[in-house]
Amino acid sequence: MAKGSDIQNQLLDVFFEECEEGLETVETGFLELDVDEPDSEQINLIFRALHSIKGSSGSFGFTAISEFAHHAETLLDEIRSGTRGIDADIVNLFLKSGDHIRAMVEAAREGSTVDAAETQTLTDAFKRILERAAGEGAESGSRSSVTNEEEAPAESLDRTWRIRFEPNASMLQTGNDPIRILRGLEDLGSLTVVAAAEAIPVLREIEPENAYLSFELELTTDGSEAEIRENFAWVEDECRLTIEPVGSAEALVEAPLDADASDGEDQAAEAADASARAEGGEARRSKPRSGGENARANTSIRVSTDKVDALINMVGELVIIQSMLSDIGENPDPSKMGKLREGLAQLQNNTRELQERVMRIRMLPISFAFNRFPRLVHDLSEQLGKRVELKISGEGTELDKNVLEQIGDPLVHLVRNSLDLGLEPSDVRVAAGKSEVGTVRLNAYHRGGNILIEVSDDGRGIDAEKLRAKAIARGLIDPEEVMSDERIQQLVFEPGLSTAEKVSDVSGRGVGMDVVRRNVKALGGNIQVYSKPGEGTTFTVRLPLTLAILDGQLVRVGSEVFVIPLVSIIESLQIRAETSNTVAGKADVYRLRNEAVPILRLHDIFGMDCGGVDASLVGKLMVVVESGQTKAGLVVDELLGQQQVVIKSLETNFKSVAGFAGATILGDGTVALILDVPGVMDQAGKSRPRPRKSKTAEPQPAPAVG
Amino acid sequence: MARILVVDDSVSMRKLVGATLTDAGHEVTEASDGCEALEIAKKEEADLVITDVNMPNMDGITLVGELRNVPAYKFVPILVLTTEVGDAKKQEAKGKGATGWLVKPFDPEKLLATMKKVLG
Repeated sequence: MAKGSDIQNQLLDVFFEECEEGLETVETGFLELDVDEPDSEQINLIFRALHSIKGSSGSFGFTAISEFAHHAETLLDEIRSGTRGIDADIVNLFLKSGDHIRAMVEAAREGSTVDAAETQTLTDAFKRILERAAGEGAESGSRSSVTNEEEAPAESLDRTWRIRFEPNASMLQTGNDPIRILRGLEDLGSLTVVAAAEAIPVLREIEPENAYLSFELELTTDGSEAEIRENFAWVEDECRLTIEPVGSAEALVEAPLDADASDGEDQAAEAADASARAEGGEARRSKPRSGGENARANTSIRVSTDKVDALINMVGELVIIQSMLSDIGENPDPSKMGKLREGLAQLQNNTRELQERVMRIRMLPISFAFNRFPRLVHDLSEQLGKRVELKISGEGTELDKNVLEQIGDPLVHLVRNSLDLGLEPSDVRVAAGKSEVGTVRLNAYHRGGNILIEVSDDGRGIDAEKLRAKAIARGLIDPEEVMSDERIQQLVFEPGLSTAEKVSDVSGRGVGMDVVRRNVKALGGNIQVYSKPGEGTTFTVRLPLTLAILDGQLVRVGSEVFVIPLVSIIESLQIRAETSNTVAGKADVYRLRNEAVPILRLHDIFGMDCGGVDASLVGKLMVVVESGQTKAGLVVDELLGQQQVVIKSLETNFKSVAGFAGATILGDGTVALILDVPGVMDQAGKSRPRPRKSKTAEPQPAPAVG
Repeated sequence: MARILVVDDSVSMRKLVGATLTDAGHEVTEASDGCEALEIAKKEEADLVITDVNMPNMDGITLVGELRNVPAYKFVPILVLTTEVGDAKKQEAKGKGATGWLVKPFDPEKLLATMKKVLG
């Protein structure tokens, strides 16, 4: 693409995003479509989406996508116009094609190639269906070969053409103007025009909106007849037109011509198409790469104008406060202290609000992650031969874009698991007095600073005894250990444990749940399972709303200030003599309501000299933290305030340091490190597999002292 | 310089056409469907309208008919942007008063060449 390719490159991201949206529409549309009674408006909606993808991919130079989409569009057009019915097979073909177009778009974005065999297979499938009724496939083939033949004779020498052009009286009504056509011809070569005015009626009878003039033209050009005709393409049936070469009597062409030969625009389009196809290989390799390299880094977010307007408002207020404060700063005067304080308070409010609003730009509804599930459930239920209803709620719940992007895979795993292992086969369900159709629910809601996502099914539930037996067999728990069913159920997250009796394609290898838990934890969240045998299982994923800001408890250890994420803190307390004791010489243990909690001295862990390490812990402050099922008490010198801190990556600014999740900058400009609680506990080497007592209910997070 | 109204429900197409025309020195107004375009057209005049066919709310062919009923648009060139190779759509559009058509996919150069043809 010669000129204008800059414009196309700039708009590539818009194009890719739009393709994604369009494909989403296609997919959802087909999944929701009632095959027996298809809703015509819904088919129209899908058609428009597909049509747009085809149109814009062609215009952005991705000919392969547009060609492939064309087959799907042709079939859908027939369905739309009612000349062809639709069935489950056709829907599946469309769904697969949607996937393939997505892969092609992805390949275009990254400059890679797609599976050509898949393109061929799907194209063939479309052709087979299309040929079942009429011979359209064959016709389009012959059509393109005809145009190719016509393109072939290139005329290089100047020839003179005599053209008679008689516009219909109504030509002006369609916005066409003979003068523009004449100017177009003039561009081709030298033109002489003789206007015939005899058709102009007497003044009284003139209809000012009619065209009365006709033209005798002589054009000398090296252009082909097709090029001349192209100028008349729009008006071919609004005029009488004859074009004949001067001096060659036999080549008299009558107008109006048959549609095939005269369609100049079409020919041009197809010629352009053909040349694009010819350079296709090169274009595909070179062009998308330029845009594709940054594609990952430059991921964009669509922000509603409301959010942007709100930001602009806030910034406006900030500017006002800034000018007020600098005014006070330039003319310091004790009498202005009140104003200064007021200004600072306002600045604080504004900053907080601005921060919240900026964060909200990154917030997207979880529907972005949920949207893939109708399709997944559709495919899986077919694969597994189970009838499943998916119920989604809370899809408007917002969370950070980064978290959203990373939670997709764990959720997919949970949903697969529910379908495969949770839901029983239909006959078993019926025998158990349940509805034949299983239900899988996806729900999301906010609680505190977290988002909770639930994946639940009404299946068989987790068999605690079986799980326990397996865990014992694998040496994960002590056969003597007394555990509540709830505790046992949490064992599904242990590596190598699965209640699946047979390994299937879908799940049951016992890998996965532990990976799910690891992924969720990597996002600063946790996952729990609740199951009632015979009634179903619910997995609850709890995630922080954002990864960029965290609620922290500031603590002092020695002369340093550290931040402990509030989400890990259960409570803070002062150690009393009777509740702490030293086990086996070195390890200190705190008795917290019948639970033994190891005490970790942050001084020791961080190798800080705090001047004569004192053995006595009595009277010291301790922050009880939790990582998964494990608790620990962190001894600190002082509890400072709680505040929201902006997480700065240590990796990017310095290097990764064990035991720390990152750093932040405090109000006074000093840097404080943010504790990575699980990391610290590992580092201390004191994290026990699990506390001895069978207390399992999640402790109520008591507000931290301080 | 001409004032051009570009109507397409596809953002990327609209921007592609819009940016190409703006770069060529034209003044472009965008609309995302026929209804919006008609509203705009009633308020401000344009020298040319380029419209997609398949759009929600009001399709391009209906828009052509509606625009021809607006006095200021009686003779304004209206181009229909279409991937439909079939003549039926073109004829339908012409029947409603469309000036001509642009076949997608197009490249910017071709678009500008066509502009010359309608803006003359």
